[in-house]
Parts: sequence; C-alpha cells; structure tokens
Amino acid sequence: MKINSVKIISLLFFILSAFYLYTAYQIQVFSFDEDSPFNAKTFPIYLGYTGMFFAGLKIALPDRKPVEVDPTHLEFKKTILLVITMIIYGATILKVGFFLSTSLFLVFSYYFLGERRWKYIIIFSFPFVAIFMYLLHGLLAVYLRDPLLKYIGIMG
Amino acid sequence: MIEGILIGIKTALSFQNLLMVMIGCFAGTIIGMLPGLGPMTAIALMIPITYGFDPATGLILMAGVYYGAVFGGSTSSILINAPGVPGTVATSFDGYPMAQQGKAGKALAIAAYSSFAGGTIAAIFLLIAAPSLSKVSLSFRSPDYFGLMILGLTAVAAFSSKGNFLKAMMMCVLGLMLASVGQDTLSDIPRFTFNTMNLSDGISFVLVVMATFAMSEALTIIIKGSDPTKAAKQISLTDLGSIKLSKDETKQMAKTIPRSSILGFIIGVLPGAGATIASFLAYGMERNFVNDKEKEKFGKGSVQGLSAPETANNAACSGAFVPLLTLGIPGSGTTAVMLGALLGFGIQPGPRLYETNPEIFWSVIMSMYIGMVVLLILNLPLIPYIARILAVPRTFLIPMILFFSVTGIYLMSFNNFDIFLMIGIAVVATILRLYDFPMPPLILAFVLGGLMEENLRRSLLISDGSWDFLWNRPLTFCIMIVILVIVGWQIYNSFFKKKL
Repeated sequence: MKINSVKIISLLFFILSAFYLYTAYQIQVFSFDEDSPFNAKTFPIYLGYTGMFFAGLKIALPDRKPVEVDPTHLEFKKTILLVITMIIYGATILKVGFFLSTSLFLVFSYYFLGERRWKYIIIFSFPFVAIFMYLLHGLLAVYLRDPLLKYIGIMG
Repeated sequence: MIEGILIGIKTALSFQNLLMVMIGCFAGTIIGMLPGLGPMTAIALMIPITYGFDPATGLILMAGVYYGAVFGGSTSSILINAPGVPGTVATSFDGYPMAQQGKAGKALAIAAYSSFAGGTIAAIFLLIAAPSLSKVSLSFRSPDYFGLMILGLTAVAAFSSKGNFLKAMMMCVLGLMLASVGQDTLSDIPRFTFNTMNLSDGISFVLVVMATFAMSEALTIIIKGSDPTKAAKQISLTDLGSIKLSKDETKQMAKTIPRSSILGFIIGVLPGAGATIASFLAYGMERNFVNDKEKEKFGKGSVQGLSAPETANNAACSGAFVPLLTLGIPGSGTTAVMLGALLGFGIQPGPRLYETNPEIFWSVIMSMYIGMVVLLILNLPLIPYIARILAVPRTFLIPMILFFSVTGIYLMSFNNFDIFLMIGIAVVATILRLYDFPMPPLILAFVLGGLMEENLRRSLLISDGSWDFLWNRPLTFCIMIVILVIVGWQIYNSFFKKKL
C-alpha cells in the first residue's frame, strides 16, 4: 500500500470518526430513554461507525487516481497571512466596530495579495465600506454594531 | 391548480419581487461568471440578505441568483474557456471556438436563447409534474423518506464526484456529523457541544455553506496561485460581435431545443445527476442526432453543439426543483442550499407545501419563468458591460468574497465564535478541496442531517427497534435495492474494474 496525502487525510478522518463515536457513547441520555429503540445517541453512534467504515475502505483499498499536490507550487505565505488577517478581523469586529475593522481588513488583504495601487486600495476600502454600511444600516435597516462610530456620534 | 398559478403570478409580479428577480439574475450572472465561483457560492452569499425578506421574496431572489449564476457560468465558458460551474463545461466545447472565430456575441445569444427555451419548457414540465408528484408523495412514510434521503446522498456522491465515491461518502458523513452538533431536537440533550454555549444551538447552515463554498473557494484560488481573471485580460470584452442569428441557425436550434429540454428535465429530477451530467449527455445525444457534415463541426463552433448543453443544463436546473418542492429532498448541492434557506424561513418543503404555502410553491415556479425572461431581455444586451467583471483583478476579488462571507455571519449572530468557527471550517475545506474531496455532498448531508435523524427515529420507534422497516414496504425495499446497486457499482468501478 502506497502512502499518500489522501490516505493520511483518510486516516485523520478515521481518527475523527473514532473520537466522534467515543463522544457519542458518552452522551448522557435520560434514564427512561436508555433502553428506547432510539435516543439522542443512536444516530451519532451509527454515524461514527459509518465514518470509520468509509475511511477504513479508503485507507485499505488501492488508489486508482492518486492526487498529488506539489507543495512548492502552493502559495502558503499569502494564504496564511490572509487567514491571520481574517482571524484578527473576526476578533476586532465587535470591539473596534464594523467600519474600521472591515476597512482595515480590506486594506491589508489587498496589500497581502500583491495590490500596490494605493488609490484603488483606499477607494475600495473606507468609502466602499461606508457606502455598504449606508445601504445596510441606512436603507435596509439592518443593525450594524459599531461602538466607535456610535462614540463619535456618526451612528445612532 | 389554476388558482395556485394565479396566486404565483400575482406574487411573482409584485414590484418588490420583480425587482428581486432582476437583482438576483444580475448578481447571479456576475458571481457565476467568475471562474471557480458557482451558483452555490452565489446563493450562499445571498442568504443573509434574504432573511430580511418574507419567504416568497427571499426564495424568488435566490431562484434569480441561481439562474443568473448558471447563465454567468456559460458566459465565462464562451468568452474565456473557463467554465464558472461544471454544468457549463460542455458549453465551452463549441462556445469558445465560436468566440475565437469572432462570433462571441452570436455564441452568447445562442446560449441565452437556448437557456431561455430550455428553462421555459422545463418550467412547464415542473408546473405539471410538481403538483402530481406532491399528491403521490403524500403516501410516503418515514421509512420511505429515510431511504430517499440515503438515496439522495448516495446518488450525489456517486454522480457528482466521478471516481471519488469514497471521498464523497466521507464528506457526507462529515456533513451529518456537523449537523448532529447541538441539542437533540426531541430530548434537548446537548451533543458534541464540549460544554460551550456557542454550540448548543448547533452550527448555523449559513456558516457551513459560506465556509465550504465562498470562503474556501477564495482560499483555494489564493493557495493555488491561480488567477481566474487572467484569460479575460487577453481578449476584448467590449467588442463581442453581433448577437443576431440567421434563419439557418434558428432552424438548427429549433430541432435541438425540445429534445435537450426533455433530457435535461428528466436528468435534473434524478437525485445527484444535475446540470453537469445533463449537459454532457445532451451534447453526446445531439452529436448522434445530426448528420455527418454537422457532426464534423462539433468542437469547432457548432450551433447545435452549443445549444444542446445550454438547453439541457437550464432544464436540469428546473428539474432539480421537483424533488425539493414535492418531497422536501434536494437532489443537488444547490437545491440543498435552497432547502437550508427554506428551513431558515421556517418552511418545510414537501408534499404539504403545495397545500399549506401555495403562494410560495407557485411563486417560486412562476419566478423561475420570469427569471428566464429577465435573463434574456436584461442580461443579453448588457453582456459586453457585465463581462468586464471578468477583468477585475483577484487582488480585489478575493478580499471582497471574504468580506461578504464574514459580514454575512457577523450580521446573523454578532458572535466572534461563529466567525472563528467559519474560518476553521474554511481552512479544513480548502485542504480537502486540494485533494479532490467534493463539497456538495457535505452540504447536502448537513441540510438533510436533522430530517434524516427524525425519519430514522420515527421508523425505529414504529418498528420497535427493528431494522426490518427497510424491507417491509415495497417502496422502501426498492429504494434500498437502488442504493445497494449504486454503492456496490461505485466501489467495484473505483477499485476493482481494470483500466481500459
């Protein structure tokens, strides 16, 4: 059996299914429900076994069409930077507010992806978000939490 | 039925709903046109907005987006040989050569007229088939529904992911696992919440769709270093040539459209088959129908070669609504997203939808037709302008998709945890995508998870814990046989059949 990335992913899925199955058995059901033909853990238990079955088959059976991805051709740096930017965006959106965090997220994302035309970077961040907010908050009455704009009196 | 149709027309033709169809078609065309982003992404991005509307309006918007995205996919297939969706791959076989011959406008017109005709004929079929099937499906019981759901998942895994059956089945299981997180619907017992309140309500459907489609598609484009807009920079998107068709070309299309529509609709109704298989089959069928002289033109810019897959994929899109509206069981990833949105509105599609919410049932069917008309009269003349979106650099495109995804979740929950969870799922989905693990089965399973468990619960309780409900009723037995045949055939085909 040749080990490739798909087999490793399948093995991880097998472990996930086994963990899921273990957790399913730990679900506390009501005492009167324990011997019932169906309770809160029945379906998850079947699912755990099914996951292990398919993952096991994928690991054991030969791969007729192995997928090989060359890591040297993947842009890890840009992707990781973008994911980190998203995490920071997600962490700050409630505290800093929608306008500033979204605008900064867009500025950094454009920059990390290689955009250097600052005129467009600025246009498609701060003014764009302001228009978007006006459409959502002002016209469609969709609530947007923004403590910063509220503090300086722009938003009610 | 006439009364229902009139209700549907009245609802669909209200100013607000007409506006929504237009916006939906327009937005769908733009998103669908971008290679890599298909109807599922387009609909996913629209869901948070639709929750502000009443169900009929929300669904009408999504139906418009759906058709717009399919049409948009054809546009990028024809203009830059980069199909936005798998369903339009066959369109590029003859559409792109036509564009290279300086007949891009004509190719787009053929695609638009064929889509319109295919969609119209299929909408009529839907009008006839849906109420009849609704009545038949009233006799279905829990074991039948449970069987049908497994059949839907198996069929999607088998047909939508060629050669990746086991991977698709693993994605189905993962989708069901994600759906099982949260409180049990009957006993309220928390499951897989790991003592966090954030998971007690389960994982939001919009979150999963956004993460596995919009966000992970954007991340996949970045990690692969591909530029979907690169090809567009090499051609003129403003001078597409005339959109007028000659008499001969119209005659050729007139022969192709009816047969491709029928084929497309039937394929669309079948679970898992969908627009991709319909378009390839229609292309193949058309090639067999034409004379030898015309056959030689296939692949080099044949009118019939372009018209057939375009007609069939639109007809299949309408056909896919039949199991969704009548049984409440989606047959494809896109209709699964629609089902999720319907459930979000508090509407349970199924045989009773026809009776309990006729305005929704009929207005969706009517809006499909109106969507076709809008696509034809609005999008076709505007294509030279809309096509410029293909030239938007990815440096702007990708952050915009990520922004809409995060905002969508933020607007729904105002919770950091959901954003982090979405990013986590998107990263995992991106890795899985790199290794050809298909995402539509995951979404379908996630949407069907709750319903499946509910029907299994009822079936097992009725049969006192025995699994004989799977073969006691002839209908359930037949469904189980079909499932076994599909699974057996796929496993045999994937691993034991010798390479030809």
